Amino acid sequence: MARVSPNVMLMDTPDETLASAAAQGDRTAFAVLIGRHYDRVFGLAFRLTGNRAEAEDLAQDICAALPAKLRHWRGEARFTTWLYRVVVNATHDLRRRQATRTRAAAGWGDWELARQDEIATQAATMDWLTEAMTRLTPELRDTVALVLGEEMTQVEAGQVLGLSEGTIAWRMSEVKKRLRALAREDAK
Amino acid sequence: MSDELDDLKAALRALPTADPAARVRAMALAMENFDRLQGSTDPARSSDDRHPQAAPLNGVRRMFTYLTSRPALAATTSVAVLVIGVAVLLPVADLRIAPPAPQPEPTATAAPKALPAAPADSLARNEAPPADAAASSLAEAAPEAQALAAAPAPEAEIALSDEAGASEAAADTGYLAAEPSASAVAQDRAAPLPQGTEAYANAPANPVRITTEDPVSTFSIDVDTASFAVIRSSLGLGQLPAPEQVRVEEMVNYFPYAYPAPTPSEGFRPAISVMPTPWNPGTRLVTIGLQGALPAIADRPALNLVFLIDTSGSMEEPMKLGLLKQSLTMMLAELRPEDRIAIVTYAGSAGEVLPPTPASDRDAILAALDTLAAGGSTAGAEGLELAYRVAEGMARDGAVSRILLATDGDFNVGVSDPEGLEAYVAKKRDGGTYLSVLGFGRGNLDDAVMQSLAQNGNGTAAYIDTLAEARKVLVDQLTGALFPIADDVKIQVEWNPATVAEYRLIGYETRALRREDFNNDAVDAGEIGAGTQVTAIYEVTAPGSDALLNDPMRYGTAAAPVGTDELGHLKLRWKAPGTATSTLIETPITGTEPATEDTRFSAAIAGFGQLLQGSVYLNVWGWDEAIALALSARGADEFGYRIEAINLMRLAQSLDN
Repeated sequence: MARVSPNVMLMDTPDETLASAAAQGDRTAFAVLIGRHYDRVFGLAFRLTGNRAEAEDLAQDICAALPAKLRHWRGEARFTTWLYRVVVNATHDLRRRQATRTRAAAGWGDWELARQDEIATQAATMDWLTEAMTRLTPELRDTVALVLGEEMTQVEAGQVLGLSEGTIAWRMSEVKKRLRALAREDAK
Repeated sequence: MSDELDDLKAALRALPTADPAARVRAMALAMENFDRLQGSTDPARSSDDRHPQAAPLNGVRRMFTYLTSRPALAATTSVAVLVIGVAVLLPVADLRIAPPAPQPEPTATAAPKALPAAPADSLARNEAPPADAAASSLAEAAPEAQALAAAPAPEAEIALSDEAGASEAAADTGYLAAEPSASAVAQDRAAPLPQGTEAYANAPANPVRITTEDPVSTFSIDVDTASFAVIRSSLGLGQLPAPEQVRVEEMVNYFPYAYPAPTPSEGFRPAISVMPTPWNPGTRLVTIGLQGALPAIADRPALNLVFLIDTSGSMEEPMKLGLLKQSLTMMLAELRPEDRIAIVTYAGSAGEVLPPTPASDRDAILAALDTLAAGGSTAGAEGLELAYRVAEGMARDGAVSRILLATDGDFNVGVSDPEGLEAYVAKKRDGGTYLSVLGFGRGNLDDAVMQSLAQNGNGTAAYIDTLAEARKVLVDQLTGALFPIADDVKIQVEWNPATVAEYRLIGYETRALRREDFNNDAVDAGEIGAGTQVTAIYEVTAPGSDALLNDPMRYGTAAAPVGTDELGHLKLRWKAPGTATSTLIETPITGTEPATEDTRFSAAIAGFGQLLQGSVYLNVWGWDEAIALALSARGADEFGYRIEAINLMRLAQSLDN
C-alpha cells in the first residue's frame, strides 16, 4: 500500500485504508485512526467494565498497545470488528488479572479494604442498570455491551467474540429471561 | 425487541462519554509508542504543509511537547508488567457498574484495583466459555509483552523487580505459588471457566455401567452436606441452582435416617434396601445406608477446638460474622468444662485472639467472640499455620484436636495453589489434627476449596445460611461433626451379572476411587462421625429388562455365571480413628431387603437432585412425582428437615419453567 500523504488524508478515508497505512508506519494515518476511534474504545470499555476509571485506563492501555497490535493487522476483517476484539480481549485480561490479584496473598488486605469502600459508595447509588448488569454473567454482559451498547448485529458481535450467531442469539434470549425475572421482582 | 432489552439498551447508550483529558492522554501515549515502534519520529513538518482538516493534530503534537515522558513511560511500564503478570486464569464476575468516578489519575492499570462483591446470581446456569477468545487474547499478549518490555525504561525494571520480590515473599510461606507459569496458564485455559467468584467441586454425573464389563464399583463415603444448604440458599434467592452446585449424595446425606444401630463392638453397620425405581419401572434402587455407632456421650473424649475465623472485610455482614458469632455462642453450651477452645483470626485483628481456654470460662470466650471485627489484612496462610501451631500446643492425651475454619469462602490463604494447600492440610491431618470447614454467606463461596480442605483434613464441609442450620450442624449434630468413629470408610460393590446387567451410582462423582484403592490402606477416604448416617443409592437394571440402555453385544460377552440370586456383594473398609489398618465388613445384597420410609425419602431427594441437574435418567418423572413421593415418606420428621425439603421442591418447581 502506498504511503498516504497527509494532503489526501481526508476524514472520509476508510478505516481499513488508514489502518494498513498506519501498520506500515504512517504516523498521520495512525493519529487520524485513533482520533476517530478513541471514543468508541472508551465507550465499549465502559459498557464492559461498568466503571469509568477502569474504562479510561483500559482505553489508554489499548491506545498504548495499538501501534504494536497494528503490526498484526491483516485487513481481513473490518477495522472496527478487529478493534472491538482488541477491547474485549483487553477487558478479559483485566478481569483475569483482577482475579489473580484476588488470589494472591500479598496486598490482599488493601484490596479488601478498597473493595469495602467501593461497595459502600456503590450501595448509595445503586440504580437499575447496575442491578440489571450485575444479574448477568460476564459472558452475557459482553454480549449485551456489543449488541445493545454498540448496536451491533448478532453476526458482528459473534465475529468480535469469536462465537456463532446462534450463540449470540441464545445469549440475548437468556438476557431477556433474566431481565424479565428482574422486572417481576421489581413489581413485587 | 422486548421492552426489557429496550430499557437496558437505553441505559447502556446513555453512559457518559469519554473525558477529553483522558482522551488526550491516551492519544499522546499512543503516538509516543507508535513513534518508538517506528524507530524514529517523523521529522517536524512546517505548519504550512498541513491540511486544514488535520488541525486537531496540532493539539496532539503540543501534548507531546508539554507532557514529560514520565507518565508515558510509567504507563508503558504498566503494560509490560501487566502482560507479564497474566498468570492464573481464575475468571471472576468483577464487573462494576459504578457512577462516574471522580476525575481519575492516569495511573497504571497494574496498580491493585478494587473488585466488587460478585453478584449472588452470577451463580446462574453456566454456559460454554468463550475459550477461543481467551486463547487468542493470550496469544496476542506474548508479542506485545516483548515489544513493550523491550523499550528500555528504568521504571520498568523497578516495577519488574518489585513484582519478583512479591512473588518471592509469597513463595516463602511454603505452599504458596503465586508465580505465574506457562503450564498453569495452559492448564487453566483448558479448564471450563466457572462463573462468578464462586467455585464448585463437581464432576460429570456417573454414567450407566455394564456389569459384565465393569462389575465393581468403588467409592469413598461423603458426609458433607454443604451442597444442600447452597441449593436452599439459591432457591431462597429465587434462582435455580446451577447443575454444578448440585451434589446428589450431599443432598441425600443432609437428612437424618433411622438405620438400625450397630452393636457396641461394631463401628457402624450397613443397612441395605431394594425398591422399584420411582422414575423408571424397569429398574430398581439399591440403597446402602451406614449408621455410625454413637458411643455413650458421657464417654466422649475431651476436645481441643481451634476456631480459625475469617475476619476479612467481606465477612462484615449480619449473615456472615454476625451469624458466626451467634452460632459459636450456641455451640458453647454443648461443650464441657474439660474441653478447651482457642480462637485464631486471619485477615484483620491479628493472630491469636483467645489463647487456649477451658470451655467453662464462658465469659472469656464470649468476650473474645465479641471483639471480633471484620477488616484488615493478615494473610490467611499465616492464620492456618498459626491455628495448627495452637492446636499442636493444645494436644494432650485422649483429646481430639480439631480446627474449625469459618469463612465466607474467600479462603485466601494465598491459595493460587490449592493443591499445595491440600498437601499441607493432609500432612497436618496425619499429625492428628482434623480440619472442618464452615461456610458462611454467598457471593464468593469457594466451595471447591472448602471441599478439598475438608476432605484432606478429615473433616466435614458444612454451609451455614441460617441460625437453624447453625443449630443443626453445631448443636444437634455436634458430636457427629466433631468425633469421628471411623476413618477412611470405603465402599465397594461387586454386582452379579446374572441379576444386574447395568448399574449406575447416583452421586459420589467427586468421590470415585480406583478398584485397587479399596484394599490399599494408604488411600484416604471419608470419615463417619459418631451417630451419623451415610447413604448411597444405586440404580440397577436386570438382564432382559426393557429399561436396559445398552444393546447386547453381537458377538456376546462372557456368559454370566449362574447359581446365585444375589444382586451383588457389598464390601466396606474402615479404620478406627488413629489406626493404620482397616477392618473389612462384607454382606451380600440379596434383593429382598425391604424398603423403608427412610429409603423412599432418600430416593425422593436423589430424584430432586437429579431434576436440578437436568439428569437424562429421569424420563418423564418430574416435580409433582418427587413431591408426592417425599410427602408420602415424610415420617415423623421431628426437626422439620423433610418438610423443608419438600417446600424447596415446590419452590424449584415454580422456578423451573
